[in-house]
Amino acid sequence: MSSENHSCQSNYLTFKGKYAGVWGWLFSTDHKRIGILYLYSILSFFIAGAFLGLLMKLELIAPGSTIMRAQTYNGFFTLHGITMIFLIVIPGIPAVFGNFFLPLLIGARDVAFPRLNLLSWWIYILGALVALSSQFLGSDPPDTGWTFYAPYSFRTGTNMLPAVLGAFILGFSSILTGLNFIVTIHRLRAPGMTWLRMPLFPWSLYGTAWIQLLATPIIGITLLMVVAERTLKIGFFDPTLGGDPVLYQHLFWIYSHPAVYIMILPAMGIISELLPAFARKPIFGYKAIVVSTLLIAFIGYFVWGHHMFTAGMSGTAQFAFSFLTFLVAIPSAVKVFNWLATLYKGSIHIQTPFLWAASFLFVFMIGGMSGLVLGALATNVHLHDTAFVVAHFHFIVFGGVGYAFMAGIHYWFPKMFGRMYDSGWANTGWGLFFSGFLTLYFPMFILGMKGMPRRYFDYLPEFHGLNVISSLGAMLMLFGLAIVLINLMRAARRGAAAPDNPWGALTLEWTVPSPPPVANFIDIPTIVTHPYDYSILQPKDLSK
Amino acid sequence: MFSSNLSNFSQGVNTAFIVILGIIGFFLVGLTAVLIYFIVKYRASKHPVASQVSGNTTLEIIWTLIPLLLVLGMFYFGWVAWKPMESRPPRNAMHIKTTARMWNWSFTYENGKVTDTLYIPVGLPVALDMEALDVIHSLYIPVFRIKKDIVPGTPRLTWFIANSPGSYDLFCTEYCGLQHSTMITLVKALPGEDFEAWYASLDTTSAQSTVQIAPPASEEGRKLIKQVGCTACHTTDGTRLVGPTYKGLFGKTEIVITGKEERTITVDEAYIRTSILDPNKDIVKGYTKGLMLSYGNQLNEEEIQKIIDYLRTLQ
Repeated sequence: MSSENHSCQSNYLTFKGKYAGVWGWLFSTDHKRIGILYLYSILSFFIAGAFLGLLMKLELIAPGSTIMRAQTYNGFFTLHGITMIFLIVIPGIPAVFGNFFLPLLIGARDVAFPRLNLLSWWIYILGALVALSSQFLGSDPPDTGWTFYAPYSFRTGTNMLPAVLGAFILGFSSILTGLNFIVTIHRLRAPGMTWLRMPLFPWSLYGTAWIQLLATPIIGITLLMVVAERTLKIGFFDPTLGGDPVLYQHLFWIYSHPAVYIMILPAMGIISELLPAFARKPIFGYKAIVVSTLLIAFIGYFVWGHHMFTAGMSGTAQFAFSFLTFLVAIPSAVKVFNWLATLYKGSIHIQTPFLWAASFLFVFMIGGMSGLVLGALATNVHLHDTAFVVAHFHFIVFGGVGYAFMAGIHYWFPKMFGRMYDSGWANTGWGLFFSGFLTLYFPMFILGMKGMPRRYFDYLPEFHGLNVISSLGAMLMLFGLAIVLINLMRAARRGAAAPDNPWGALTLEWTVPSPPPVANFIDIPTIVTHPYDYSILQPKDLSK
Repeated sequence: MFSSNLSNFSQGVNTAFIVILGIIGFFLVGLTAVLIYFIVKYRASKHPVASQVSGNTTLEIIWTLIPLLLVLGMFYFGWVAWKPMESRPPRNAMHIKTTARMWNWSFTYENGKVTDTLYIPVGLPVALDMEALDVIHSLYIPVFRIKKDIVPGTPRLTWFIANSPGSYDLFCTEYCGLQHSTMITLVKALPGEDFEAWYASLDTTSAQSTVQIAPPASEEGRKLIKQVGCTACHTTDGTRLVGPTYKGLFGKTEIVITGKEERTITVDEAYIRTSILDPNKDIVKGYTKGLMLSYGNQLNEEEIQKIIDYLRTLQ
């Protein structure tokens, strides 16, 4: 592969295909362009969702009504939840980095079904528009929370049906992406890339894809049942029609708990790619990480009941769900130990992506360990539906997925856009974001311990002090986020040209030019080594 | 936070908290220290050549088995402290019927007393027979370490023994709509003889409503609207909540929507009676239909008359 060959071929950003301008993007079946489409859509939703979160935190800076009314607040936390969960973290990493880098990482020219891939993005946009239409059409915006718990969701006078339908449509996008990735990984790996020579990010996408494929239909059916109940008055969940509200909770969490693993597995995959690259040594315990990925994907199906420990399930069910919840903690712990061991005796290059990855380890440990407090029955009863739970899942979902996403974007940015960002500003933004994040969410653990329920527009005076700290943290965090995003947006237009391999990493995406050519590889490479075999490089190659 | 012993479940739950927080605290601090130590010690400027270690099976087994034992221990402490909460209440328990609705609590005692504050004797088991009238609510008394969802259509039970006299918060912790965060009341744990005295007295409401603001003739109506929860949605001072305010209501001209038709009415006794018994029949324009349930099974004719008498005074 000479660089001459590459220069003859235009890169994916400047390529002129059948359609020109914006249509060349909206109708492109190139996995890289689709990845960028997802990146822009998801980032736009994220900025809106984060802003809603900030407004909620400002409301909570003092007891009583501060800047909005209770109905507005309830609508905001519903929209914040729907946006963040269904539009951002569930599709998030697979849709953006999975699409862009899966083929590059396994030495393929595209995913197995490029048109289906584009269709998935269109379905995603359609689902998002339908979900968001609930804000503007019909009666008041929905105020049910993102969980749509029956029977409140049937009694509210607000416009919750479009939100439910939107989530239903988004499910198809998720299923099709999962299917596409499974086939791609099975059929399109480069010659010589055996399963155990595959990098860990594709492995995590593989585990995720199976959950998307098998668990998403359950939420689809459940949401259809809700629609049937509201429009045709068939009693599934509403007790006034003879239904059972707890059945709804079961069906909802049978999907929505594995969905947590749809979010976190790819995040773990990114971290497993980054740590070897910045420590210049192989990942520690490759096989253990692969096995733990698959175990998390598998056991994760059987723990949904831990969302319902106070809902009145049988004692046996409570016992079993608590037990399984503790078991699923083991593979996660194994990953943390392996990541730490990867740093042992490495040669650690402390650059922006590494800072995000290292802080991921810290917030992920807090998130995971606070999950153990919630997994135990007696302590769960005290903490269920309090601010503690909100802190816990923001540490895991936002801490886990958000930090890994930030690590990923700072790691792959030079490859995606062919330009470098300013690392001084990037590190400053990281520092502010990280401090703000901890100041925002840590006090909520204590609030929950003291008994402050969640989804509270107003609170008793005894909870005031910690809420003030938390609200100040939110402002600091968003300030840091603004710096990070502005720095990246500036770099995408005006950054210095990036080399092909700015980090000295070994996986295949760094062997092609930045930005990659349309067909990715001139010749499909033949794989002869393990993906993180840093011993083949001489020390001089390793310095950047 | 974990030393109080205010109910019979406190100690077990506190032990579980201490064990679990102790273990995770140890690991969090330890692993974070290792993380920082590695980053500082093996930073590229001090350690330019990485050693190419790629795994160690013995270590993998050790760090699978040790966490396994620890999580089994944590599971055990969580389970033993939880088991008694799910057991049947003792036979001598005092049963109090607990009704949750959007957005208030009401407690009915065996002698027929109805309150909006939970009065209980110290040292005696209390069993709450709970029902929700509209949506899911959840009864949560943080200092007693108990919480139970109340699902409409299914009777639920929870029980406890209060260990010391005092006044404690009781929250709803399942999101139940607009006024969820105001669905708060107090638990008043009284020593045996004080409780007996209160139980035998005629006082039916809480300490919150002892201030005299209405003329004595309609005093009972004033207590009633608080007790059954009208004031969760309707104010007496002119402020708009979920429903129209009671201030100046009597004799007022309102536009109401009956079915799909708009009509103009004057608020009189008959209208208020309809609004209590069949609240969704005539909805005042600008308010949401379907939020209020009929109070037909909670208020008798005499009580409705007392409420009407009270509303007349709010001009």
